[in-house]
Amino acid sequence: MLIRKSNDIKSSEITPREIYLSRRNFFLSAAVAAAGLIVPPFPFSQEAHAGTKLAGVRKSSLSTDEKPNSFKEITTYNNFYEFGTDKDSPAEQAKRLVTRPWTVSVEGEIRRPKVYDIDELIKLSPLEERIYRLRCVEGWSMVIPWVGFPLYALISRVEPTSKAKYVEFTTLLDPKQMPGQRRGVLDWPYVEGLRIDEAMHPLAILAVGLYGEVLPNQNGAPIRLVVPWKYGFKSVKSIVRIRFVERQPSTAWMKAAPHEYGFYSNVNPEVDHPRWSQARERRIGEFTKRKTFLFNGYREQVASLYQGMDFKKYF
Amino acid sequence: MRSFTWIKIPLLAACLLPLASLAWDGYTGNLGANPIEVITRSTGTWTLVFLLITLSVTPLRKLTGWNSLIKLRRMLGLFAFFYASLHFTTYIWLDQFFELAEIAQDVVKRPFITVGFASFILLIPLAATSTSAMIRRLGKRWQQLHRLVYVTAIGGVVHYLWLVKADIRKPLIYGLILALLLACRTVTRWGQIPAFKLAVKKLLVPSP
Repeated sequence: MLIRKSNDIKSSEITPREIYLSRRNFFLSAAVAAAGLIVPPFPFSQEAHAGTKLAGVRKSSLSTDEKPNSFKEITTYNNFYEFGTDKDSPAEQAKRLVTRPWTVSVEGEIRRPKVYDIDELIKLSPLEERIYRLRCVEGWSMVIPWVGFPLYALISRVEPTSKAKYVEFTTLLDPKQMPGQRRGVLDWPYVEGLRIDEAMHPLAILAVGLYGEVLPNQNGAPIRLVVPWKYGFKSVKSIVRIRFVERQPSTAWMKAAPHEYGFYSNVNPEVDHPRWSQARERRIGEFTKRKTFLFNGYREQVASLYQGMDFKKYF
Repeated sequence: MRSFTWIKIPLLAACLLPLASLAWDGYTGNLGANPIEVITRSTGTWTLVFLLITLSVTPLRKLTGWNSLIKLRRMLGLFAFFYASLHFTTYIWLDQFFELAEIAQDVVKRPFITVGFASFILLIPLAATSTSAMIRRLGKRWQQLHRLVYVTAIGGVVHYLWLVKADIRKPLIYGLILALLLACRTVTRWGQIPAFKLAVKKLLVPSP
């Protein structure tokens, strides 16, 4: 009886995705039609709350044509330990996060360090929709229609020096707004990092939206990283600092369990987590498991970054 | 009356509530984005809870002197086995979908699954020998056999602890309660040893 029920639950079917898509297309075409008549569309209104439509979002050839998960699935099943370790707590707890005003300090080994206001940062580069697969290290996956811009657009603007070998990202530290930080589950604030060539890869984006709207808080508002060929925890949320450094940053999960979470954390079905297999994954909304692919299926695009690398050593 | 029916029937209903609530949430589509995970977690949690409740019967009896409580222990223990079976079936069926090679690899390679699997296997002989006829037939050996439940309970907590990524608070709470329940037994058992009694006396009564 239980079986039949869970088989029935395909919330992606319950939530009318088509409505989202058609609505977005309608807004998109409306925006395009209006573009000639009125001022160029402003990405954010002053009320930059989740649910606000983002204007002028372009499609991208880097998107997958797989069926995206529903808005409900993407916004109610989250790992965001700053708001609690249960999957459903971020949706509830992140309501109290205030995302305006918000600044992102871009610093370190660069010629043009700057503290960016979030609304200025968002206007650096045209917004694109990127529909990506996301594979969590826990063995589940989703397809998510992000809105954002390539990370390289920011990096090239701040002019890294030859010493900038890595990029380090830091999440907001504020236990008042982020109740999960009141407990030492991780060494707060959350820190993640990429090698500079990984950060320059066209697939790596800074996301500010979801399903054509301003990013909900529980998904990492106001701005987060998305690196689709790596396990989800690499895609750090609610970023306040981006620092260019010479030495490999020590990330939050590396500090928590160095033998379990490596700096690279590329999706790889052949390299198991010490405690569980990574060979298969459950796509949220599906009943049976799928095979997991090397680099989460982005092998063609990113394999050249890792030529000759021993993935068992650099996991 | 003699057989405690007035309390056994409502207790039976209460023990079925976790399953009923899970089934209701499934029926109404309230199991969230990953229903299989919720079913796995819930049945696993209730297995641990029923193991701990079962293990608290003896300390409670000693504490309150309400010896009739022992009449409830079999039902509680069987419910631990019942939820463990659901948990195990969920893993085999919904999670792995009978991929036997994958399951065998899990059991051999993943310590948390090895421990969980072993703990479940150890419960089977206990459930099988829970009938009154078996209790009579096994006599003193019945009690020895049923001490295996301590191993299962410890295994269950370890199984939980080893699967958690970073937040070990919940498994630790179960571990603490279990440690307390096991400590009760050690204390009462050691309390019957004369040398231990003497040692306690020496500790408590300051020597001149």
